[in-house]
Amino acid sequence: MLEIKHITKVFYPGTVNEKTALENVSLTVNDGDVICVIGSNGSGKSTLFNLISGTYPVTSGEILLNGKNITHMPEYRRAFTIGRIFQDPTKGTAASMSIADNMITASTKGMKGLRRSLNKAKKEEFAKLLEPIGLSSRLEDNVGLLSGGQRQALTLLMTVMSKPQLVLLDEHTAALDPRNAQIVMDLTTQYISQYNLTALMVTHNMEFAINYGNRLVMMDDGQIVLDINGEEKKRLTVSKLVKLFRTVRNKEYDDDEGLLTK
Amino acid sequence: MIEGIFVDGLIFGVMVLGILISFRIMDMADLTCDGSVATGAAICAVCITKGMPIIVAMLLAFVGGALCGLVTAEIHNRLHIPGLLASILTMTMLYSINLRVLGNKANLPLLRINTLYTYLPKWFSFLPSEYASLLGTILLVLLVKGLFDLFFRTDLGIAIGAMGSNEQMVISQGMNPALLKDIGFCLSNGLIGLSGAMLAQYQGFADANLGQGMVVQGLAGIMLGEFLFSSNRIGLITLRALLGGIIYKALMFFGRKYGYLIHITPNDFKLLTGILVIVSLYVAEMRSRASQSGAKKKALERQAKKEADNA
Repeated sequence: MLEIKHITKVFYPGTVNEKTALENVSLTVNDGDVICVIGSNGSGKSTLFNLISGTYPVTSGEILLNGKNITHMPEYRRAFTIGRIFQDPTKGTAASMSIADNMITASTKGMKGLRRSLNKAKKEEFAKLLEPIGLSSRLEDNVGLLSGGQRQALTLLMTVMSKPQLVLLDEHTAALDPRNAQIVMDLTTQYISQYNLTALMVTHNMEFAINYGNRLVMMDDGQIVLDINGEEKKRLTVSKLVKLFRTVRNKEYDDDEGLLTK
Repeated sequence: MIEGIFVDGLIFGVMVLGILISFRIMDMADLTCDGSVATGAAICAVCITKGMPIIVAMLLAFVGGALCGLVTAEIHNRLHIPGLLASILTMTMLYSINLRVLGNKANLPLLRINTLYTYLPKWFSFLPSEYASLLGTILLVLLVKGLFDLFFRTDLGIAIGAMGSNEQMVISQGMNPALLKDIGFCLSNGLIGLSGAMLAQYQGFADANLGQGMVVQGLAGIMLGEFLFSSNRIGLITLRALLGGIIYKALMFFGRKYGYLIHITPNDFKLLTGILVIVSLYVAEMRSRASQSGAKKKALERQAKKEADNA
């Protein structure tokens, strides 16, 4: 469903700060894929996500979504099919508005009209949706009053509500404490299977990346160095993965966090 | 006298509503106001002297103000410069435009011409003329407030509010933030233009320098209103903005009337308005700090009580 063809991204071209963040990266995401993306800091994971969602323009190469070229489509147009959740829990919701107002904004994609959709029936529907995350009684409260974990759970719910085909999860539990991270991650896996979503998920937890999803992509220095799926992924262990990385790149894996969180 | 303050404050309140959209709902600093309030006044005055119906003149003033806002929004959207700079550009350019609209004069009097404030005493002839003006203004402002509240409860209005709170969120929901900004700035400056049109008719002339310092005065109005009560309901937010506008005008009135006792002249009002805004910001800051330390004190008390219970 998503085809990335030979994309390169250069930041600040022609200046002393010129930096090649991605070099000739190609990746094909199939329908129903759940891909964990790992790699050390600065390997280009976030840049890849920013290019897919359209935050930055690509320097060269093409991105195709369902066979359609979206390389030059603005971010807000791509958002119709691509949902994205950031590491920062404040990025997905509007803090100075009530939960109900946030949810009505997320309930349909695209420009809004002069209708008033937020009626009693809608509020009841929202309250029901909020039950699993324990927020159904707080529909009128401002989102700014929620904890980071609650906000991220709400963001997740709002993203799923708008029925994207592809979701990009950019370390969306990294800013939460372990208990809340677990809750949000459980919700994520539940929604992905419930709504048959195709997902790309950046994580620093190697153990998790090995156990979850049907594919594992490892990035290093602006390139995809490993793309493991199927049976091979099922047999994977952390030490095997680190060894594999060493043979491919001829250097040590230098992300302590990835190695320590087992 | 007292009814004059209310009429003045309510007209000013319409402008405060406009500023509320840009500064509070969209969270963008927009100085276009200093130009667009005079544009509204100029358009309305010219249309009335040309013999157009007053309602048409006022609608055109709204449209004129909205166009000013559109210019600011488009400069900001297309050139990717901050809204503050974009609005300073528009405001400066508008000064020349306004002189043109007024026929290359700085001032256009509306003497011996029928305006809203000569009609109102005729329509409400059962009241003394000052109270007729007040009643008419109240009805008009309530209509504006009602439409304003309705709009910001629609899906589109909520989306504009969401953009002010978090621009990434509206992008993620598939909305073009540039278009939302166009709409927001248009409405904001449209209301400001309408306020200018009412003001020109009330004071009996349109002036190219009418808008000087209006943004800061409007902010003072918003902040005074915010001291009254806190709420996240749009109806109450607009109500307190209108009340803030009236309080500001009342302060200015009494400053003019009794200021001489402490050697204050109208020349000092801009300085005093600025100080008023700074003091309001300072008090808001102190309040949030006080509630912080209040919470700390309570936490310590709870802790002490728990320890005493254990002992």
